[in-house]
Amino acid sequence: MRTTRSHSFVLCLALLFFRSASAFQSDELLAEDEEFGLEGGRSPPNLDLTLSSSRSVPFSQPTRRRSSDPDSDSKIQFPLEHAFGESDFFPAGTFTARLKTWSHGGQTLTKLRFSREALTETEKEKFKMLLEGDDFYKIRVPSNVLSPPGRDYIISSVKARCLPQDRLDEHFVIHMEGVNILAVNYGSPGPCPYPRQLKLPAKWSFNSYTVLKNSEQAPRTPAFAEEILGGESGEGEAVMPPERSFWAKYWMYLIPLGLVVMNAVTQAMNMPEEQATGQPGSHTQQTTVAAVPRGQSAAVRRR
Amino acid sequence: MAIPGFLLVLLFLSCSLPALSLYEDQVGLMDWHQKYIGKVKQAVFQTQKAGRKRVVVSTEENVIASLDLRRGEIFWRHVLGATDAIDEIDIALGKYVITLSSEGSTLRAWNLPDGQMVWESFLSGSRPSKSLLFIPTNLKVDKDNVIFVYGNGCLHAVSSIDGEVLWKEFIAKGVEVQELIHQLGSHIIYAVGFDGLSQFVALQINAKNGELLKHESAAFPGGFAGKISSVSSDSFVVSDATHSVLVLVSVKDGGISFQQTRILDLVPDSPGTAVVLPTKLTGIFALKINDLVTFVKVIDEGKLEVVEKIDNGAAVSGAVSFSEGQEAFAFVQNGESKIHLTVKHGLDWSNNLLKESIEMDRQRGVVHKVFINNYLRTDRTYGFRALIVMEDHSLLLVQQGEIVWSREDGLASVIDVTTSELPIEKHGVSVAKVEQNLFEWLKGHMLKLKGTLLLANLDELAEIQRIRLQSSEKSKMTRDHNGFRKLLIVLTRAGKLFALHTGDGRVVWSLLLDSFRKTGQCNSPVGLKLYQWQIPHHHALDENPSVLVLGRCGRSLDANGVLSVVDTYTGKEISSVGAAHSIVQVIPLPFTDSTEQRLHLLIDADQHAHLIPRTHEALSIVQREFGNIYWYSVEADNGIIRGHVLKDNCDLEVSDGYCFNTRGLWSIVFPSESEKIIATMTKKSNEVVHTQAKAMSEHDVIYKYVSKNLLFVANVAPKAIDEIGLLTPEESWLVVYLIDTVTGRILHRVTHHGSQGPVHAVFSENWVVYHYFNLKAHRYEMSVIEIYDQSRADNKDVWKLVLGKHNLTSPISSYSRPEVVTKSQTYFFTHSVKTIAVTSTAKGITSKQLLIGTISDQVLTLDKRFLDPRRTVNPTQAEKEEGIIPLTDSLPIMPQSYVTHTLKVEGLKGIVTSPAKLESTTLIFAYGVDLFFTRMAPSKTYDSLTEDFSYALLLLTIVALLVAIVATWFLSERKELQDKWR
Repeated sequence: MRTTRSHSFVLCLALLFFRSASAFQSDELLAEDEEFGLEGGRSPPNLDLTLSSSRSVPFSQPTRRRSSDPDSDSKIQFPLEHAFGESDFFPAGTFTARLKTWSHGGQTLTKLRFSREALTETEKEKFKMLLEGDDFYKIRVPSNVLSPPGRDYIISSVKARCLPQDRLDEHFVIHMEGVNILAVNYGSPGPCPYPRQLKLPAKWSFNSYTVLKNSEQAPRTPAFAEEILGGESGEGEAVMPPERSFWAKYWMYLIPLGLVVMNAVTQAMNMPEEQATGQPGSHTQQTTVAAVPRGQSAAVRRR
Repeated sequence: MAIPGFLLVLLFLSCSLPALSLYEDQVGLMDWHQKYIGKVKQAVFQTQKAGRKRVVVSTEENVIASLDLRRGEIFWRHVLGATDAIDEIDIALGKYVITLSSEGSTLRAWNLPDGQMVWESFLSGSRPSKSLLFIPTNLKVDKDNVIFVYGNGCLHAVSSIDGEVLWKEFIAKGVEVQELIHQLGSHIIYAVGFDGLSQFVALQINAKNGELLKHESAAFPGGFAGKISSVSSDSFVVSDATHSVLVLVSVKDGGISFQQTRILDLVPDSPGTAVVLPTKLTGIFALKINDLVTFVKVIDEGKLEVVEKIDNGAAVSGAVSFSEGQEAFAFVQNGESKIHLTVKHGLDWSNNLLKESIEMDRQRGVVHKVFINNYLRTDRTYGFRALIVMEDHSLLLVQQGEIVWSREDGLASVIDVTTSELPIEKHGVSVAKVEQNLFEWLKGHMLKLKGTLLLANLDELAEIQRIRLQSSEKSKMTRDHNGFRKLLIVLTRAGKLFALHTGDGRVVWSLLLDSFRKTGQCNSPVGLKLYQWQIPHHHALDENPSVLVLGRCGRSLDANGVLSVVDTYTGKEISSVGAAHSIVQVIPLPFTDSTEQRLHLLIDADQHAHLIPRTHEALSIVQREFGNIYWYSVEADNGIIRGHVLKDNCDLEVSDGYCFNTRGLWSIVFPSESEKIIATMTKKSNEVVHTQAKAMSEHDVIYKYVSKNLLFVANVAPKAIDEIGLLTPEESWLVVYLIDTVTGRILHRVTHHGSQGPVHAVFSENWVVYHYFNLKAHRYEMSVIEIYDQSRADNKDVWKLVLGKHNLTSPISSYSRPEVVTKSQTYFFTHSVKTIAVTSTAKGITSKQLLIGTISDQVLTLDKRFLDPRRTVNPTQAEKEEGIIPLTDSLPIMPQSYVTHTLKVEGLKGIVTSPAKLESTTLIFAYGVDLFFTRMAPSKTYDSLTEDFSYALLLLTIVALLVAIVATWFLSERKELQDKWR
């Protein structure tokens, strides 16, 4: 009855995006920028018009939208910053996404992409320190992608020793509510067994997986009246157990009954002068028959 | 093949709804119920011309009750809602109790003998104001006694017969009426009060029609503060804004005149602010400066004269008139271990009507309030009795220098509850005792046997019931095998700690914590929470268990904390510390030191963590586990949840090795425009989960996600925090989260559209059940979320287990990416709910039942199997055998499943469950204004015989069988012999 839960997963469009680490911004994004042009753009809440590839904060703005389309899209960027243990936060990469404005006024992000900047030498050193000290590697993103940082930054941390595999593997699950980020589940894509071993990555670059998640709708309370009405035609077969023959249903009563009757008959034949011997047989028959509906009704009531 | 199936189904159906109800004669066997009323605010005596002497009281728990003046029992009682606070009570017509509540907007009359409500009036007004109730004794309007009520800026005259509002007079805006006065014989009501800060206003109102006859006002440049206290019908005393000058106001025909007297002239060298106590005495008023009470007499022309000064924190009663126009009043002084009650004549100060000293238990603290009442002695003189409210909220009646009765009404305001074991039984019981016990035992069992065989007569039946109820077993002060006997440690709002015996609910010891009393540094201490400090077992068995009491000096979060450790066997305070820092959060760590003392981290407002106990051993334990201590904080107003870890030692001015800096690890920021946190819930830290695996039908197994670091958060739309019914379903939603508190990951998140709070939730094992309101369906709903671990799901192969290739024993790390699946389902539920709890048993094997505190103050049990996401409309045969109940759209409420049976736990606030040693049994304690305790077996007592099991009958049966065997053997022998002889 709750078969259509999957529709909500359509909304949480999980875009796994894998890029090799590089210091530059993706060409592809820039190409898309040009494709839409800058016609009739709504002024962004934050009027810093520096564009994406710069390393300075703030990064984000909805840069364009097609004014004719009610469900219009615009491009948006927001930064990822990282910190090593207790250090300050430094820019580490950029998330790029499509901001979809729905006709009813809601805004959601789709098509999230992520480009990470390569670690500098000092950052590598710091990361090594973290690995040796089994300390935390922290990241943060703004809580509002339209007006960063929003009310506060969303911070997430992981023990640095969880990340190194062949390269540094990381996995983001970004929980969104409209244009707000609630939380980031950040960590290694796989397990991180407890006695964490010190292991240096072969290559100092990040393998990033990102998933965007929106809230799921709760399954509706079962409305029974509808279900029974709708279910009668299609699911009638499944609801009603297949009708069995009389014999199949009552053989367990019929066999003893038959035995009793046979017994009575033989006794009656043996002593035809004593009519009373038939009596107990018929008596048993009555009680057995009476037991059937009683048992059934009890079962029905309990159900 | 069908028969076994059929039988199995029958078997399942017969046990699917466990009968929790009890028989009539089982009431009181394992449960007890205690009724309380709370701290008395106001008392009115009704002793004249009444067969049963009684006192009517209103309390801070919004209870109005009529108490038996002879024994202190409750004749009747009504608990008004938490939003319906009682302002004043009085008695009208000699037969109605009048209550004014909800800030002067609800007036009710209750029949004095039986407490039935006679009438109810809602008084509307224009603006919030002070509320006053005034019932003049000899004022009749059209043969009707009139009740005057000032509330919400209006003066109402209400008929005392049927509650009809006779007239209503709006008092001018800005005027705050403080006193209503009526002069004998006239038809004019005088109202005096302030207009603004410095205008004194006197109004004259016609009592017949509410017409404003006169409006006089006069300005006093010094301004006023505090309350107006009347000295006579036309003169009043009030202090000025600086609390240094007393102003005597006299309202005469010629207008209002002021006369000032400096307080310093009356009471030299008195630091602190002076408060005029309302005594309603003619010509005398009382002035309270700190602990010193000064009685001042008003002599002619406004001269003031000090008549007596009494110290030691006295409480002063109101005036009571006896015989013709004579007035008396009382005051109480606190002595070392006594209190001194003095009753004085209102006019003749020189001699006392009564002076008594009463022995007082130190654990009751000081006297807070006193009310007096007069009676005629046998020798025709006047005697006085006093009703005294103590610091621990207990209520005492004092007469003839003795405490006639006392009530522990502090137990009506329980803040927190925990349980403690009793001492182990010492060996070496005397033989005589055993013999006597044996005789008693046999006698009891013979009686019981008679009862079972329906041979007992009425007297014997009563005797059987008495024996069952007063079994000495259940109220012993030692541990029992089944773990039914325990101590309930209860912290009350007065800062008093009680130990209640679970057997019969008696108070084993009580302790008024010194550190929770008002002192110079800590002027309004509040108790907050109880923690288990030391639960000795194994190597520390000779230590007594103890609890940690946490409190705070004042309401604000950054007030200094107070800690106290109390021994639960003796009820003595072992140690107490007024912490030098605030305590925002207490984190009990899962570590104990060698004496089984639990380590706690106290987080202060500056985000420092302080370790207690302050020992080197504790410090070394923390150093060892330094990296594995995580906690979280919820900023509900801000909508932010943060995770924290320890960082390093504090660098304060005074070096302190037990103080640590902390650092933030993660944060979750809920968008303030769409979500607001209204409820959070975690698992009980001491919960036991028997097995992680859950066997399913078709020989399948799933693994519960049993991480202890899970937090359930419920958010609603910010507009939806108000009452139900103000929003449309489209504007309202409920979002629930399951959050891992170590990493800050959101493991599950789901939105219920068209739903709103209040949300009540309970979290146990791998499931959370929450209750909320569905605006679309106009009904309450309950949802369940179960969370399962997928990372262990492939451990199904037997060969893997045999070869050790499974990951069942590997340690779990929160930093691994969680592979969880959740299942959920929603049902309608008829009741609104006050609180939800869940049963807990010693090993966690017994199935769980939810304990729902309903709006009608009862405790309802609901089998967890009704809240199982795997329920379907038509479960398969295999699922039915497993115990899955066919899905219904609403949860059933069976009248037999109320654990409180016919009783009510008035003002229900919380339900606490505690496991007994016997796996099948759980102890339940529900508290509110009343206390209720019972024990219950969620899956029936499968591991013990019931208490009323008749051993004698068993014995008798065995004996009878033996006799029968012997007899038949003898008979058969004889028959055989006869056959042989034939």
